[in-house]
Amino acid sequence: MKAKHQRLILALAALVALVGAALLAASALRDEAAYFYAPADVRTKGVEAGKAIRLGGMVVKGSLKHAPDGVTIHFDVTDGKATVPASFKGIAPDLFREGSGVVAEGAFDRSGTFVATNLLAKHDERYMPRELEGMNYNETTHQMKAEQ
Amino acid sequence: MRKLLIWLPLGLFLGFFALFASGLLKPDDRVITSKLVGKTLPAFSLPAAASDRPGLVSTELATGKPRLLNIFASWCLPCAAEAPQLLALAQEGVEIDAIAIRDARPDVDRFLARYGNPYSRIGLDARSGVQIALGSSGVPESFVIDGKGRIVYQHVGDIRADDVPMILQRLKDAR
Amino acid sequence: MIAEAGLIALWLAFALALLQLTLVGFGLAGGKQELLGSVRPIAVAQGGLIVIAFALLIALFLRSDMSVLLVVNNSHSMKPWLYKFAGTWGNHEGSMLLWVTVMGVAGAAVALFERALRRDTHMATLGGQAAISLGFYAFLLFASNPFARIDPPAADGQGLNPLLQDPGLAFHPPTLYLGYVGLSVAFSFAIGALLTRRVDAAFARAMRPWVLGAWILLTLGITAGSYWAYYELGWGGWWFWDPVENASLMPWLAATALLHSVTVLATRDALRAWTVMLAVIAFSMSMVGTFLVRSGILTSVHAFAVDPERGTFILVLLGFYIGGALALFGWRVGAVREGAPFELVSRETMLVVNNLLLTVILGLVLIGTLYPLMTEAFGHKVSVGAPYFDRIAGPIALILMLVMAAGPLTRWRRDRLSVVARRLLVPAVIAIFAVALLAWVAWGRIGVLPFFGLVVALAVGAGSIAPLWKRNLRRTPLFTYGMVIAHLGCAVSLAGMACDSAFTVEKLAAVRVGDSVQAGDWTLQFNRISPIAGDNWTALQADLEAVRGGGAPVMLHPQSRFFASAATTTTEAALLTRWNGQLYVVLGQEAEDGRWQLRIWWKPFVTLIWLGGILIALGGALALIGRERRGWQLKWRERAAA
Repeated sequence: MKAKHQRLILALAALVALVGAALLAASALRDEAAYFYAPADVRTKGVEAGKAIRLGGMVVKGSLKHAPDGVTIHFDVTDGKATVPASFKGIAPDLFREGSGVVAEGAFDRSGTFVATNLLAKHDERYMPRELEGMNYNETTHQMKAEQ
Repeated sequence: MRKLLIWLPLGLFLGFFALFASGLLKPDDRVITSKLVGKTLPAFSLPAAASDRPGLVSTELATGKPRLLNIFASWCLPCAAEAPQLLALAQEGVEIDAIAIRDARPDVDRFLARYGNPYSRIGLDARSGVQIALGSSGVPESFVIDGKGRIVYQHVGDIRADDVPMILQRLKDAR
Repeated sequence: MIAEAGLIALWLAFALALLQLTLVGFGLAGGKQELLGSVRPIAVAQGGLIVIAFALLIALFLRSDMSVLLVVNNSHSMKPWLYKFAGTWGNHEGSMLLWVTVMGVAGAAVALFERALRRDTHMATLGGQAAISLGFYAFLLFASNPFARIDPPAADGQGLNPLLQDPGLAFHPPTLYLGYVGLSVAFSFAIGALLTRRVDAAFARAMRPWVLGAWILLTLGITAGSYWAYYELGWGGWWFWDPVENASLMPWLAATALLHSVTVLATRDALRAWTVMLAVIAFSMSMVGTFLVRSGILTSVHAFAVDPERGTFILVLLGFYIGGALALFGWRVGAVREGAPFELVSRETMLVVNNLLLTVILGLVLIGTLYPLMTEAFGHKVSVGAPYFDRIAGPIALILMLVMAAGPLTRWRRDRLSVVARRLLVPAVIAIFAVALLAWVAWGRIGVLPFFGLVVALAVGAGSIAPLWKRNLRRTPLFTYGMVIAHLGCAVSLAGMACDSAFTVEKLAAVRVGDSVQAGDWTLQFNRISPIAGDNWTALQADLEAVRGGGAPVMLHPQSRFFASAATTTTEAALLTRWNGQLYVVLGQEAEDGRWQLRIWWKPFVTLIWLGGILIALGGALALIGRERRGWQLKWRERAAA
């Protein structure tokens, strides 16, 4: 009887812990998960200030400006349909340039400027087409041939 | 209750498994597409990247005839895989110019000797400046340019054998 | 010839694994006992063959054999030899070959050295091991042959991802893999025990060294990986909650839970079904981690060449093994009898709570890691980052730490709450003292989590040493020291994390040559910037002179490196380590007006994070040695008595 009693308490504790964890995860995910927005989404759906999101698009040509402090940059992000002003304080990645794609993590401030805390410039030159696996290159015919 | 508990892990796992499978089978659409289509090429002037081909100046691309601009590099493996398709296009009479990215002349010469040379002109873009101006984020990439020097189509990644008819069609449409 | 020999060795090992599984199957299920006699030699031979195959692949890399596709894609003749060597497993095929190699060696070790287990469970374990190996052999042979040739040979290789060109690479992945594969042995043990329906203390004692060994290696691997990311990525952080990092953390969490539950099973014969379940989960997490890293279905800051087709293959393996094991669990676990009972206030309960909390953290990390995938299935793109993980894992981890301090001070089977409370008096007093001191010194200046992190670190630090209190230190067994040191390591690591987030000083500045910058107590003088050249890279290097409080100046050289062969730039942070912290300097880009961006951090006691990790692993090693020695001593005594 007593052993059964204790098992019950343990099982209840486990249940409480699991339910608590699930609730915690749900609320934390609702608050902290950063949704991906393109500038057009921002304009149509609207994003409240302070909410962490990811903003993706192209850096508009001629929009990149360096602030006098030397470490802050201002630029515009566009997806062709809408344009959003953004700023970033820190060391921008090497591949961050005007006219190139960018994914910025951060939040909008009250004036509607996107304040990025992190910039990700996508660049992958070592991507490999699947078809090249196990292939041979024939120099005389200039053809790729599958390995036997 | 106990029985249910015993099979719960398997049920959870099957859910995760389905999730993984759906994630894997979905096509990847994380690439941001270029907004340069329809725009005129940015102005640039690049030195020759190979010993036997001249360099590339953007104004020379508006010749009244559609052409293909290929961005490649000798250190890029997919570019080697793309070479036969470019040769096939050149045999069809397509004029192909190229920009070699972050490259050196001896390497480019070796690459062309090995994989064939379909190019009329090859410019050397040592620090990726022109590449970035073109809105290209990797190698290889190809641009279909119309007779007025406007970008008609951007092809991200290597041109596969089954892309060749599509590229030819685009070139014809650009006329 | 070397590549062909390697391929032959791989095929032979594959055939032997198949034979091993067949013999075990017919031997156990068909009742043909005589078949089982050859299983052990076969397991040893299989291990030997796969080691040969791996050694041959290393040889190909060291010789820069450019007729082998894998070498061409991942190596370069100009590369320093250490990176040629490490390049062997710095790629998909090589790392998979390393995986089966370690599995083969572990299988051979189980065959050679395992004596405590019942014969049928031992054989079933070897069968399980062969079954897992088979899948990975098939994967290598049919979908990612590391020995494939290209014709004609390439002029030179394609280099290696410059980010991976670091001494850390030579040791970090193999350590993690050894850990993952160690968990596969625990998994095989669990399968063996389920098949023969023998889940008892003897089974737990046989499994424990493997769990401990795997756990030590995972701890070291994660510690090294964290430090590597810290100095290589140049972001000043030591943990990014990136999918790839979570992929290594989740098996560790499961292994930590398993380590504690297996001790309960070995000592008190309780938690039978749960321990088996955890063994399955731990290896499942290793496989899920490998899948997430290699399939590329989650985006990560850590670059890996990814391939969906291979992802599919790993997914099939994963579904087959984990699904199979969980089905076996559901089918067979009813036959496992209930273990020994225990009172509510007892060390067993403490360890159950430990397991519960670790499992909860594991579940929350898993959900957070996979959440982007779940929402993407419904068309939303989401990223889950540090804020989520900090918020959920932080508080639970702190509670877990408190239980960790109380657990070793509670007796097995039955204890009294008042007595446990009295033993916890000293740590509690220290905690109250710490709260008062911190509230006085730093109230409002530091966050809630770092605040309690520091308090808990101090209390747990004291609590972890408490089990040695009033004991004869010379007669205290080695594994008790192991536990004390491992728990102390947790406190040390926590102290480092809390100090880093509470007291770090960060400075971002644009500086002209000749100017100086102030960051915390440090003054940095920017002397010059100059180009330098390395083996296969060129760099811009800044010369900085760092001075603190009138001390001797120290030179720092942060770099921005450019790799020719892969056209990539990396930042090389400059680190200056002092006993009370680290100065961390990153060189950024040149602004238009000739100023250079500098990012400087002074991170007090940040090194404690990794020191703690090493202590945890050291504690594990002491426990392993202590347990094994005790086992041998008992055996000798029995033999002497007989």
